Amino acid sequence: MDATTLLIDAVLVILVFAIVMQIAPLLLWIERKGSAVLQDRVGANRVSISDIPLFKGRLKKLPFNVGIVNTLIADPIKLFTKEDFIPPGADKLLHTLAPIVALVPALVAMMIVPIGDVIIIGGRTIELQAARLNVGILYILAMVSLGVYGIVLAGWASNNRWALLGGIRASAQMISYEIAMGLALIGVVLTYGTIDLQAINRAQGGLLLGALPNWGIFYQPLAFLIFLTAGIAESKRAPFDLPEAEPELISGYFTEYSGAKQSIFMLVDFLESLIVAALITTLFFGGWQVPFLERDGLHFPWGGFYPLPQILVAIIQVHAFLIKVIFFCWLQIMIRWTLPRFRYDQLMVLGWKILLPLALVNVMLTALILLIAQNLAS
Amino acid sequence: MDLLTFIILAILMVGSAVAVVLHPNPVYSALSLVVVMGLLAVYFLFLNAHVVGALQVIVYAGAVMVLFLFVIMLLNLQSDSRENQQSEMKTSAGILCAVLVGELTFLFGGGGGRLELQTSQQQLPAGFGTMQALSERLFTDFLLPFEITSVLLLVAAVGAVVLARRQA
Repeated sequence: MDATTLLIDAVLVILVFAIVMQIAPLLLWIERKGSAVLQDRVGANRVSISDIPLFKGRLKKLPFNVGIVNTLIADPIKLFTKEDFIPPGADKLLHTLAPIVALVPALVAMMIVPIGDVIIIGGRTIELQAARLNVGILYILAMVSLGVYGIVLAGWASNNRWALLGGIRASAQMISYEIAMGLALIGVVLTYGTIDLQAINRAQGGLLLGALPNWGIFYQPLAFLIFLTAGIAESKRAPFDLPEAEPELISGYFTEYSGAKQSIFMLVDFLESLIVAALITTLFFGGWQVPFLERDGLHFPWGGFYPLPQILVAIIQVHAFLIKVIFFCWLQIMIRWTLPRFRYDQLMVLGWKILLPLALVNVMLTALILLIAQNLAS
Repeated sequence: MDLLTFIILAILMVGSAVAVVLHPNPVYSALSLVVVMGLLAVYFLFLNAHVVGALQVIVYAGAVMVLFLFVIMLLNLQSDSRENQQSEMKTSAGILCAVLVGELTFLFGGGGGRLELQTSQQQLPAGFGTMQALSERLFTDFLLPFEITSVLLLVAAVGAVVLARRQA
């Protein structure tokens, strides 16, 4: 590995990290203002840009407040300057360590998601994927399964009954839904014959039946539904937010957290739904694929060809990927504010008696169809 | 894998393994075991066995140890529950440890000359450690053991359900 390769990899890692860290606050804003719209409230409207001392008196007060300054500047500053309180009787080391343990898997999981095809600079072809691992999907599953530790530790280290109950609920829930999630992924792996995310993404180029984009959703619709449900359950969002169910457990596993540490748990929540959205995009909605767009330009099925410079194609692909990801983040937030919370027994029944058998049926069906198709071809 | 990496990893791993046994708090013991599992996965990664490393994290660190922690928290084991351990157990464990260390030193230290560590990466066949290579071996050479293992796991799962039903 020479210095240039190392530098390119470092730039890619920083790029993905920057993308993730910029989408997360955007989600916070969508969450707060979106929920307000759904519930016919006003939402965050306390601070506006004319309240910042630098702009005070120089800008006219807007007639409405979209809440961007409120959610993205004022509230984070408030959170990070609050007192960081560790309750007496708590395990000080683990109480401090838990948010970090929760944050790291969520941050590194995004590194394997391809954000674009390739970019060619000075004769060097660069894959737009920060970590090009042979194990692909397995790496994602490993990181998702490690994510539960931060939650469980937070619940235990707080020395609080509600927090402990939240942590225990989280571990049971995440283990249950990991199985359905993994089996849904097996259907996708069978269809494409690889576990490499970039290869799966490439296989989704072109057109299906001359009209539809050749995306995974048309081959694996059932797997998509199972993956979406299990993914929302894995990221502990409503209707699956029993680990932090406010009416029963105050705030569940992060009841005893305040200030910056509490906001890390909030960030992890958003990162997890971001990962779920990125995976859904990559596996079922063509990732960076744009219909008609190929490496050298636009190819229309009716014979038209419009050449584009390669760098522009790469930029369009990355933005197509981001738009799809943000759409699925938005969808998850809308689901969160639409559906009421499950009861605990309903949660377990859904995971074990509905999603798991459905995922098994999906694997069987996919394998059967593939076998028949192979026999017909030979 | 060079010697320095090996030594650093080995010190961390043996340290965590000792902490599993000696730490008075069961939760810390379980967490040390998680660290041991994670470091074992790192070993596999350095030895080019990427799939085995990922599976190590998924199965042991991600599933088995979470259940361990779950049970420890559910039973609310206290730190003092370990203090009434008999000292004979510690003595016998120490003797067994010493015997094991002796055996390994004899085998690898040239005493018998029977075992040699092969660590050079040039000896690896092409595609070693990838998903394709692993599955090919699993479904050709080791098909029977693989299937028998899965039946064994199924039996264990059914057995667990039967036991749970009987007590309820």
